[in-house]
Amino acid sequence: MGDGRRTLLDKIWDAHLVSAETDDTPAVLYVDLHLVHEVTSPQAFAELRERGVPVRRPERTVATMDHAIPTRVLADGRRARAEGAAAEQVSALERNCREFGVTLYPVGDGRQGIVHVIGPELGLTHPGSTIVCGDSHTSTHGAFGALAFGIGTSEVGHVLATQCLLQRRPRSMEVRVNGRLGPCVTAKDLVLAIIHRLGVSGGTGHVLEYSGEAIRALSMDARMTLCNMSIEAGARAGLIAPDDTTFEYLHRRPRAPKGPAWERALARWRTLRTDPGARFDASVEIDASALEPTVTFGTNPGMSAPVSGRVPEPEREREPAARRALESALRYMGLRPGQPLQGHPIDVVFIGSCTNGRLSDLRAAASVLRGRKVAEGVRALVVPGSREVKRAAEAEGLHRVFLEAGAEWREPGCSMCIGMNGDQVGPGKSAVSTSNRNFEGRQGPGARTFLASPLTAAAAAVAGALADPRGLVDARAEGRS
Amino acid sequence: MEPFHTLTSRAVVLPRPDIDTDQIIPARFLKVTTREGLGRSLFAGWRYDPQGVPRPDFPLNDPRARDARILVAGPNFGCGSSREHAPWALVDHGFRAVISASIADIFRTNAVKNGLVPVVVDEEAHRALLAQPFGEVTVDLEAQEVTAPGVRARFSIDPFARRCLLDGTDELGFLLVRSPAIAEYEQARRREEGP
Repeated sequence: MGDGRRTLLDKIWDAHLVSAETDDTPAVLYVDLHLVHEVTSPQAFAELRERGVPVRRPERTVATMDHAIPTRVLADGRRARAEGAAAEQVSALERNCREFGVTLYPVGDGRQGIVHVIGPELGLTHPGSTIVCGDSHTSTHGAFGALAFGIGTSEVGHVLATQCLLQRRPRSMEVRVNGRLGPCVTAKDLVLAIIHRLGVSGGTGHVLEYSGEAIRALSMDARMTLCNMSIEAGARAGLIAPDDTTFEYLHRRPRAPKGPAWERALARWRTLRTDPGARFDASVEIDASALEPTVTFGTNPGMSAPVSGRVPEPEREREPAARRALESALRYMGLRPGQPLQGHPIDVVFIGSCTNGRLSDLRAAASVLRGRKVAEGVRALVVPGSREVKRAAEAEGLHRVFLEAGAEWREPGCSMCIGMNGDQVGPGKSAVSTSNRNFEGRQGPGARTFLASPLTAAAAAVAGALADPRGLVDARAEGRS
Repeated sequence: MEPFHTLTSRAVVLPRPDIDTDQIIPARFLKVTTREGLGRSLFAGWRYDPQGVPRPDFPLNDPRARDARILVAGPNFGCGSSREHAPWALVDHGFRAVISASIADIFRTNAVKNGLVPVVVDEEAHRALLAQPFGEVTVDLEAQEVTAPGVRARFSIDPFARRCLLDGTDELGFLLVRSPAIAEYEQARRREEGP
């Protein structure tokens, strides 16, 4: 900092300071975009109502419904409606958005979808901006070079009322990924490897900036998958400096700047990179070419291994607490120490979520499922991340690939990633899931979750067991997501 | 928010590392529009069997846990989801302080806003506290000190968070009075970036 060389984080941070932090008080940080959904906002709107405070910048606030809503399609072709407590959350959001003048993309609107899928899709996610949402996977938007992080409901209220947050400057960590990812090795495999390397608390207090040859080669969908799971290493956010891939993605999106404003924005966005020689608080390097298709075997996202490998043996763990944690995880997951991962039987496959519910993810899954069948006894769910993803997937016939393979084709939402809407794995059942968390009971009470890429999940659906996607995929059709 | 100065209470000990917010309160209990009443769902997956009957071996179900207001947990407590329902559930159950060797960022931020004191102690003190289930522990926020038999440890906490907890004040009031500075910032940005 002293020599004027700044990281990308520094640049975004400095540009959003209403007032800088002191020893006694945090910084007042301005928020450019506030995304809102039905589950973490009702209490915040209630707080504003109690205090008689309006939403300061309704035009910087966008709401949708994703967490609690059903994704089922009824026999008559209509989408199932939210019931009971979920219906209350949905109607509270409608009421709150109406009363406070906030734009809402409700179920039925062509722009509805998972909040972290629609933000980028609509062109709301801008490089260099600050973005928050009452959801930890807000880190997704860091793929565009935005400082984006999850907040709690009290802070949702703070941002609604003041467009600001009280924050201490996070530390910076460079995650340099050298080389290129191999065939069938995706951003999901990369991020699982990074979390494994850092540990689930290794990123605490930090913003991770991903850099290096492998990152530059990733599509925007893949960059979003990577930044999305930064939180699973405990990090506040993930960041990738914007480049032509980013600008190409955003150009002509509905809410991207237009005309002369686009040119001005582009000139500003091109300065958004870490200065050569700027200092990070920490750095790690990863060799992309050494990675393989990866799955988690345990009960946090740090417990992963190549799908071609074996379940680790707790007795080889020196640290007693880590040994006990591993033993407990294997017990919960129903795995034996040392057993091969491939061939372990599974019951459910879930393809979707803010991690892997975008068009390229569905293309990747379809590239495995095309002309194949979901194994007998396996339930496979494909849930597009948004209405727009669904529309685009159907336009290229992906839904037919899934339906012909025997999978369910659903309406957009968070669905089985969080299991709030009734889409659950079932007690004691094993699921290969393209989502982000394999915590105990995350996908419903007693559910056993194996996190994987869309390719690996689709391979498991076909095999009825954990499987390596290499060999099942035509390299040309392979989606790098 | 009730001011917090010093608290002496029996402590419930959950030694597992990386206790995530899905364990603190599973997602199926998040379909609420108020903050109250979540205490009964606290640690629901561990606390009750599938029929909803309390598991006698879970520490929260031990008779000695009654009236315990301090939780001592393994490192990286509160990782995962940003749900503020996690501190809401802990506070609704009666907890006012969580002690660990490390606490996840978002959970720590959320805890402070609900009068739940996040106490981060060094590993030696943490080990000693983990070894004293249902023992008496004192958290002195003014002195930033945790004491228990054989333990006297200073803990770190953000000075602003400490002030808010000591005074029982909330941050929204602090931000609302900065409205003129926020308006000034917005104007400067408009000048800089154009329409």
